[in-house]
Amino acid sequence: MTTLITDTRTVFSRELRPVLRDPFTIIFSMVQPLVFLALFAPLLPGADALQWFVPGIIVMSCLFASSMTGSNLLFEIQTGSHERMLVTPLRRPALLIGRALKEIVPMFAQAALIVAVCVPFGFRFNLAGALLGLVVLATFCIGLGALSYTLALAAKNQEWLFWTVQQTLIFPLLLLAGVLLPIENGPGWLRALAKGNPLSYVVDAERSLFNGDIWTSATVSGVVAAAAVAALGLWAGVRAMRRSD
Amino acid sequence: MIETRGLTKHFKDVRAVDGIDLTVAPGELVALLGPNGAGKSTTLRMLTTLIPPSSGTARVAGFDVVRQQREVRLRIGYIGQGNGAGHSQRGRDELISQGRAYGLSVRDARTRAGRLVDSLGLAEVADRRVSSLSGGQRRRLDIAMGLIHAPELLFLDEPSTGLDPQNRANLQEHILALRAEHETTIVLTTHYLDEADSMAERVIVIDHGRIVADDSPARLKAEHVGDRIVLGFDAETEAARAASTLAAYDPGREGTRLTITTQGAPRRVPGMLDDLRAAGHPAAEVEVIRPTLDDVFLKLTGRSLREGGAAQEPANSTDELVEV
Ligand SMILES: Nc1ncnc2c1ncn2[C@@H]1O[C@H](COP(=O)(O)OP(=O)(O)OP(=O)(O)O)[C@@H](O)[C@H]1O
Ligand SMILES: [Mg+2]
Repeated sequence: MTTLITDTRTVFSRELRPVLRDPFTIIFSMVQPLVFLALFAPLLPGADALQWFVPGIIVMSCLFASSMTGSNLLFEIQTGSHERMLVTPLRRPALLIGRALKEIVPMFAQAALIVAVCVPFGFRFNLAGALLGLVVLATFCIGLGALSYTLALAAKNQEWLFWTVQQTLIFPLLLLAGVLLPIENGPGWLRALAKGNPLSYVVDAERSLFNGDIWTSATVSGVVAAAAVAALGLWAGVRAMRRSD
Repeated sequence: MIETRGLTKHFKDVRAVDGIDLTVAPGELVALLGPNGAGKSTTLRMLTTLIPPSSGTARVAGFDVVRQQREVRLRIGYIGQGNGAGHSQRGRDELISQGRAYGLSVRDARTRAGRLVDSLGLAEVADRRVSSLSGGQRRRLDIAMGLIHAPELLFLDEPSTGLDPQNRANLQEHILALRAEHETTIVLTTHYLDEADSMAERVIVIDHGRIVADDSPARLKAEHVGDRIVLGFDAETEAARAASTLAAYDPGREGTRLTITTQGAPRRVPGMLDDLRAAGHPAAEVEVIRPTLDDVFLKLTGRSLREGGAAQEPANSTDELVEV
């Protein structure tokens, strides 16, 4: 019989299969952040630039990828294959998690690549911490992916609506979390906004985890923020599936 | 197998389905017939847990479609109006993952997929991207997906739309065989009147979200339309005299022709011809017109069904239901 885990695997492998059969696009998108990193890192002051920046880049690419979860769905909603899947006994959260994981897992391969490229340039990381960091990041991104899925259901036949909302939200989310630029030196209102952004806590947790500071309050805050976003995303997604016409 | 009470769905101000009471017993094959927008798909979508009813209740395969969705989903198959197979996928992959979704082991899913691929004539295209398949091939793949777990209750929303006559016949055979073999209960919607006529022992005519008739095709035709006998004569005067000879049948006259509406026409015609000959004004020609479901629909709804077909249909389908 099926479980949430086997259902998730079914959805995940269905989604991943076309990618594996045609890996060119994924390889291309994996190289992109490396270019980004090469151009951006030299601009950062201080010797610890990579320590600060690499976890940020990993968060960023995972964030972008998972926020696209709904985009493939848009087409499948139109053709009828999403409807077909909704009639199967697949557990609703598995539909959300499986699709989000399809975006996240390639990004983890990319994270490994980024780390491997950066180590010769002096990047140091703690393996256990980094792995735990990826789990926290995956949790957050499952939530974000589920929200992207929800957005696709809500936007339905208006593709522009999906993209407009996605683009409008993703950049403030990114900038207000200190992913690319430090927030500490910003004005008070900016710091206040960052405090309300769950991604801020996740990014902080990633930095301290990659550094090997595992048992810190930053880790706890990051775990709580990621879990909250995941719970919110799954709740919203399941609800949207139940209600959508 | 299906039991609905006052099943209703409103979309804003559209009453797509307006109070449907429906009982389907195990093993039945039921066709829902109705013009575009009648509410057929919406009805199926409620019965398959895709959308919640605005009001009313439905039990499908013994479970409530709102409160016990998972139980319902485990027991039914659904072939929607769109394409079930993802366009970026390959057909066989989709079949296998569909089987996995229903809890089949990888091996079982693979075996059944292989069997369906063969029996639906998809062997050559099953390993290609779905987007490269023709409409008819894609439709057959959708049908294979709906059958992968051999459900006890199968819903098909316009399964044969877009298929050529040969594949339509093929599909009909497949559905009938499935039913004979597994005693599957089948509910299908169709625009093809001949399909409803030849396959279903029960036809439910839906119009404006309501059931306007529910019976076997033969009884629907007999009850609502009846046969027509058209008698032709050489002259109007003869036709007029014949009309009085056959007054018991209440014939209508139009020039040299008499039209009689009755039941069991083929058995009555020889007697009528004898009577006319005996009365001295024999008929010059005779035609018996048996009713089609077209005629039934026209009679029931007052709206025409015209030959030809909806925009997306092949132009050669002569017996399709269209709202004019
Ligand atoms: N999601 C929706 N939102 C708003 N209106 C809808 C929706 N789905 C269906 N309708 C409306 O409900 C009515 C019934 O539609 P439905 O799809 O059930 O008809 P149908 O009998 O399946 O027609 P067809 O033969 O064209 O498939 C139509 O007027 C349609 O426009
Ligand atoms: Mg329909």
